[in-house]
Amino acid sequence: MKIDWAALGSVFGVSLVITVVMVGVFTLGIVGLSRRERAVAQGESAGLAVTGAYACFAACAAVVAYGIYLIVA
Amino acid sequence: MESFSLILAIVVVTALAFDFTNGFHDTANAMATTISTGALKPKVAVAMSAVLNLVGAFLSVEVANTISKGLVDESGIRPEVIFAALVGAILWNLLTWLVGLPSSSSHALMGGLIGATIASAGAGAVHGDVLVTKVLIPAIAAPLVAGMAAMLATRLSYRLGAKRAEGKAAEKGFRVGQIASAGLVSLAHGTNDAQKTMGIITLALVAGGAVSPDSDPPVWVILSAGLAIALGTYLGGWRIIRTMGKGLTDLQPQQGFAAQTSAATVILASSHLGFSLSTTHSVSGSVMGAGLGRKGGVVRWSTATRMFVAWGLTLPAAALVGAIAEWVTGFGDWGTALVAVFLVTSSAAIWVVSRREVIDHTNVNHVEGETSQNAEPAGIVTTAIAAVTPPPVGTVADDLTATIPSPAEVTAKPSATAL
Repeated sequence: MKIDWAALGSVFGVSLVITVVMVGVFTLGIVGLSRRERAVAQGESAGLAVTGAYACFAACAAVVAYGIYLIVA
Repeated sequence: MESFSLILAIVVVTALAFDFTNGFHDTANAMATTISTGALKPKVAVAMSAVLNLVGAFLSVEVANTISKGLVDESGIRPEVIFAALVGAILWNLLTWLVGLPSSSSHALMGGLIGATIASAGAGAVHGDVLVTKVLIPAIAAPLVAGMAAMLATRLSYRLGAKRAEGKAAEKGFRVGQIASAGLVSLAHGTNDAQKTMGIITLALVAGGAVSPDSDPPVWVILSAGLAIALGTYLGGWRIIRTMGKGLTDLQPQQGFAAQTSAATVILASSHLGFSLSTTHSVSGSVMGAGLGRKGGVVRWSTATRMFVAWGLTLPAAALVGAIAEWVTGFGDWGTALVAVFLVTSSAAIWVVSRREVIDHTNVNHVEGETSQNAEPAGIVTTAIAAVTPPPVGTVADDLTATIPSPAEVTAKPSATAL
């Protein structure tokens, strides 16, 4: 009997890193949107925050797309 | 020859019935947290999950092939063996549904298959090393991996977002994110679990000599398996959804997002890297991890312990039923008929018992823990649960008798306060 520790280890590492990075990036995106919400409420603009937010969401969408690709392939 | 095709037909129908229980057992995996955080309305959530399950069923046949080609020795298997295996798996799924505990449908299926194979062909026909590497180790690894990932992600998310990710935009954002990752879990579940049934039906067809060994599942098998699991998913195992979404811990949208993302990642990473992990175990682990990740978050360990016990019992219990069923079918056609009647009556009995306390989309988010929001210490809830449900011990029968009375007592409370 041979247990594939390498595969298990890589599942562990990959899952940990991807989850933390994904959630982190998405949270940053949310922070950007919240900043816009506050800025709009005070009549200011928050162009940089919004651009950053959409960049974050785009990155997340790309990872999700890759996930779907993995399911299909 | 006639009875031969009859038994094949019975196996196919039973396999689809298993697929159906699989669907409603595992709706919770994808949608429990989405429902409990209020990101989606219960009915909308299960409908979305059903559609994605159906889509997922058509995407690949990889898992089906693992089942039909890996675990047991195909040459020694008769359709009756598979029938017996399915009886074990279905009954265990219904039983755990009745007591509202998430458990792995794949373990139930494998357990049934192993028990029936041992009863039929002896212990030698089961590939023991495959059992350890593909079943036991993943069962321990899945909740740990998913739980740690979810916990760290939740911590990070709350730290990054402290005072900066608040307000309407933030709440809405996390809900949308949670829906997206729950969708991914549903899709992955469709590819994984619908395929398990496809694998079983194919295995039966191979065993019955209807298709040649090592062939891929026929199209009608893929179609009917996909539909059965989608239907089960849509009807929703609300009891398990309630345990998973509200019973284990209280989740906010931000935690729900972290939990669901972790589960989706673990499931995809594991199946892609060739170390398949159970969806149920991953999701339960990530829900608990997300619960622990928030400051002041609690996990109701008494519920978690009952769940772990159910996980441990799944394989042996299904194996035992599968073995007995196989032994009875060994008496010939009337034996097979007896097992079929037994399956139908016990399923009906479980359903009747479940009607004593109906849980559906209207009350899925009302739990014993409902009144104790985040402020109240968990001790009260935990002791309340512990008081009404002594932890199941030893055998299946004990599990059943010990846990059935609890839901009735528990609902007495909310209905009383409602009046």
